[in-house]
Amino acid sequence: MLKIENVNVDLGKFSLREVNFRVNSGEYFVLLGMSGAGKSVLLQVIGGLIRSESGSITLDGREISREKVQGRGVGLVFQDSALFPHMSVYNNIAYPLRSKGYGRAEIRGRVKRLAEVTNVAHLLGRFPANLSGGEKQRVALARAMALKPRCLLLDEPISSLDVQLRRDMRLLLRNINSQGQTIVHVTHDYEEAALLADRIGVIENGTVVQTGTPGEVFLHPASEFVANFAGIRNFFEGKLIGSGSSLKQFVVRDKKISVLTAEPAGKGYITLRAEDITLSGNRTDSSAANSFYGTVVSVDPAGLGVEVTVDAGIKLCALVSRESAAGMGISRGSAIWASFKATAVKYIPG
Amino acid sequence: MTRFQPLKLLFIFLGGLLLMFIIAPLAGMFLATSPAEFFDTAAEKEVAESIWLTLWTSMAATLIFAIAAIPFAWILARKKFPFKRLVSAIIDVPVVIPHSAAGIAILGFVSRDTAIGRLGEQIGLGFIGTPAGIILAMAFVSIPFLVNAARDGFSAVPEKLEKAALNLGASPARVFITISLPLAWRSILSGLIMMWARGMSEFGAVVIIAYHPMITPVLIYERFGSFGLSYARPVAVVFICVCLFFFAVLRMLSNRYEDAEN
Repeated sequence: MLKIENVNVDLGKFSLREVNFRVNSGEYFVLLGMSGAGKSVLLQVIGGLIRSESGSITLDGREISREKVQGRGVGLVFQDSALFPHMSVYNNIAYPLRSKGYGRAEIRGRVKRLAEVTNVAHLLGRFPANLSGGEKQRVALARAMALKPRCLLLDEPISSLDVQLRRDMRLLLRNINSQGQTIVHVTHDYEEAALLADRIGVIENGTVVQTGTPGEVFLHPASEFVANFAGIRNFFEGKLIGSGSSLKQFVVRDKKISVLTAEPAGKGYITLRAEDITLSGNRTDSSAANSFYGTVVSVDPAGLGVEVTVDAGIKLCALVSRESAAGMGISRGSAIWASFKATAVKYIPG
Repeated sequence: MTRFQPLKLLFIFLGGLLLMFIIAPLAGMFLATSPAEFFDTAAEKEVAESIWLTLWTSMAATLIFAIAAIPFAWILARKKFPFKRLVSAIIDVPVVIPHSAAGIAILGFVSRDTAIGRLGEQIGLGFIGTPAGIILAMAFVSIPFLVNAARDGFSAVPEKLEKAALNLGASPARVFITISLPLAWRSILSGLIMMWARGMSEFGAVVIIAYHPMITPVLIYERFGSFGLSYARPVAVVFICVCLFFFAVLRMLSNRYEDAEN
């Protein structure tokens, strides 16, 4: 277990104040915060690259806050991967093993296994300059895992990747975690947090303001900040039913929402982007598998558009342009249809 | 863009003048030396010995002082410490003071009257009129070239890579040898070449510490003083050819290293 207690760091312009949280062994913990909130600094403090002034950091019962960087037993993956540009992928992954004095045959075997796990076996002879962003991150992951760290620290490992690569990387991280690897992952992306985390810690202005399961954090935000920052307007707890085909039903109270997922039935959450919900005066024929009739309960300006909340047994929040809202005459009390596609709904097993 | 044309022409003209200023005297010197004179001079024992002495002492000065200069450059690039700006300014002092004055300063430091001079004598390492003294004088005036180039090289290495290596279990020494040094190597190599070239061409400081044995710049001066321009010129031409040859070879090697890296 990783336990951070009353950690303080003063870096002049920026400081971490009284940071407290714990990460259970084998857990996938996501630190969620805006850029500049102190997420990366906190990872470097745990990794020993920045010294904390007070407080304690214990990893599996061992106090490590005064330990050398090399002896902490944590593997850090930097945001831009920080691969050594003058070494091949093989030598990058072998670097930590050579540092610890492993024999040549042992190194070869381990590099091969790590490369297979992270799907970079075909890249071993290449240099970092010739890798894509996703490949670099996978190599950095393999390298960080080489010494079998007790805790893997990931600094925004997915944010810079495109959509398809993000999905692959999420699967890989989940897979690594499912083999018992404790992971602390920092991100500013609530969707990434919701999709990956066993538990989430929300960090604001250099301190952790709330920790809990995605359900606890998104359904019961502890503060205005968490509520606004989390950004998930449509986050529901419920039960996935159905089997066989990938189109299943997710039951929230008495409402059934069609969801496209290969996950087995069970308790969980769904998220839905506000911009994926279409509003209309009549029920329309479209490919949207979900249509709900309800009453508008609020219309709030949000950025360039307006956020319309519709009570249809469950509260759905849609983001539409001001022009559309005005054209349709949407106001509090209007009756309206809210539709969205099953593919727009993301299911997260609980 | 057309209205800038006259300005561009003026700049090209001024640049051409500058190039001529460098090329003309050298070309004149080469043209005034016949092939026979050139080969006779190159075959002279005194000339060959002096060129060899100049080459190896400047190389020794570069390599010996690099042992301290390169790690020191890393400290300057990476660490914050009190009076860092003063320390950086001190490194540049040899560039700005007259080299004969530098020679006098070194002489005062290592002459037989000083503790260091006596200690050197006791272990058989005299500095006055010896290659050891030449090495010291050459190093004194040329060390800023290496320190500054290496410091710039280390500064350009992302600190994150060094941090990553530490996190991957490497000791600070291993990080320096396997990450910082190879990534800054291009600048360091360039600094080594510059230091070597600068040491090789030194006259003012060396002549005060060691008139004999004669390095080539001193030999050129001596022939000029004793016999005149026509005797000094062939030695100068031979020495310039040797310097340019080594300079070109080293540049070529460092470029090949760069290409291999890219």
